[in-house]
Amino acid sequence: MSVGTARTGASWTGAREGARGALAAAALAPLLLLVACSGGSSSPDASTDGATATSGAGEQELSGSLTVFAAASLTGVFADLESRFEAANPGVDVQVSYAGSSDLSAQITAGAPADVYASADERTMQQVVDAGLVAGEPSTFATNVLTVVTPPDNPGGVESSADLADPDLDVVVCAPQVPCGAATQQVEEATGLDIAADSEVGSVTDVLGTVTSGQADAGVVYVTDAVRAGEDVAVVPLEGSQEAVNTYPVAELVEAADPALAQAFVDLVLSTEGQEVLAAAGFGAPQGS
Amino acid sequence: MPAAAGALLVLAPLLALVLRVDWADFPALVTSESSRAALLLSLRTAATATALCVVLGVPMALVLARTSLPGLRVLRALVLLPLVLPPVVGGIALLSAFGRRGLLGERLEVLGVSIAFSTTAVVLAQTFVALPFLVVSLEGALRTAGHRHEQVAAVLGASPTTVLRRVTLPVVVPGLASGAVLSFARALGEFGATLTFAGSLQGVTRTLPLEIYLQREVDPDAAVALSLVLVVVAAVVVVGVRAPAPRRS
Repeated sequence: MSVGTARTGASWTGAREGARGALAAAALAPLLLLVACSGGSSSPDASTDGATATSGAGEQELSGSLTVFAAASLTGVFADLESRFEAANPGVDVQVSYAGSSDLSAQITAGAPADVYASADERTMQQVVDAGLVAGEPSTFATNVLTVVTPPDNPGGVESSADLADPDLDVVVCAPQVPCGAATQQVEEATGLDIAADSEVGSVTDVLGTVTSGQADAGVVYVTDAVRAGEDVAVVPLEGSQEAVNTYPVAELVEAADPALAQAFVDLVLSTEGQEVLAAAGFGAPQGS
Repeated sequence: MPAAAGALLVLAPLLALVLRVDWADFPALVTSESSRAALLLSLRTAATATALCVVLGVPMALVLARTSLPGLRVLRALVLLPLVLPPVVGGIALLSAFGRRGLLGERLEVLGVSIAFSTTAVVLAQTFVALPFLVVSLEGALRTAGHRHEQVAAVLGASPTTVLRRVTLPVVVPGLASGAVLSFARALGEFGATLTFAGSLQGVTRTLPLEIYLQREVDPDAAVALSLVLVVVAAVVVVGVRAPAPRRS
């Protein structure tokens, strides 16, 4: 039971960090404006042109603030990338705002001041692309697949994903209406597996919490959730998980105060170093690249 | 002015909700299979929880109002705690007690009783949060009614059971009724503890508030329509409780 409480506590911390990020982003807005204006011109457009010129110069020292909007599932990874980026560029302050991708897309299209956006699926990124707010094309930087998790002592004796069809086991999955549930259903249809779910919840963190607290015998979550849960869960591979691969795109936004800075951060995410950080958290490499 | 501001604060969100309802699709949205399953489950579990509240709450209110046990104030405070507890905290507490790895749940599992992910868990969560409403209402009514009638009845030779059945309870029927209605409304609206503790499966544990929470992610129009249904039920309940009051004066 103490495990369950601890996990819930952790997710609250996550939510608080997200709120702090959003606050920071809001607090940053006037600052970004200041930076833009200090470029020797009162027009932000003119200063943007100037910045583009510096990015062309290549090894120019970067400075200023960068606001990154990132999907909640990227919390640990982007905190790591943030400190790496700041260590490599001492004059730069990166602020990352974490939330669900749908919320972030809504915030960006409503005019929130973000420089870089990393979302957890192509659909939410497409909303921002459709609003004409993405500079260039989004790049795929990671993939994520589903897996089966059980409490560490595996009380239900789950040996393979086929066992999830057993009605005697308490199994929790995401509801088909939300992305992780749609992915679960896709795998079920492709493999003919009929999961006897006892609870269909609205978020993957709820699935994980129910499993880590020992309330359920098994749950279906993303590989990255299983990695994050560490010793709180045991992992059983989900047969056919490759049938539903979730793709994470990242993009620079047209409203970026300093496009060179935004570009540099996206480059870090796509770099070998960035990919290693992502792989350590359980993310897969972008497919077809 | 502050009164107007207060009224605005209360009414504006409700008005905004009504204005957001997609009336053309409203009948379809609230009568969809999942909506009906959620509404029926909600009514069924809330009614059961209310019955449980009466069975458990009446003796509790009698103890609180009619005895002078030491530590009664502390006891009352503890009984009322679920009233002010954040719903999610209630859920975690229930899970700690009745979950499969919980204090009591583990022993029940050994006996072959599993309430995880069952409708029983929903009723348990609803009773936990609704019980204080019944106890508070009834205790208040008992205190207002006072001791005198009971003492007279006792002096006239009525046994304690007869006093309870023929004097005490009839006097507090309005208090009991309003307490039961409030409990029903609270049980109907219970969300946090249910989600944390009982899970969410159509027809089994997904009550109306859980259905609204889920629909919010996918079909906001359906969430708004179902919210209005709950608002209407709540309004009926409040009017039902308040209506008899002016008649007395």
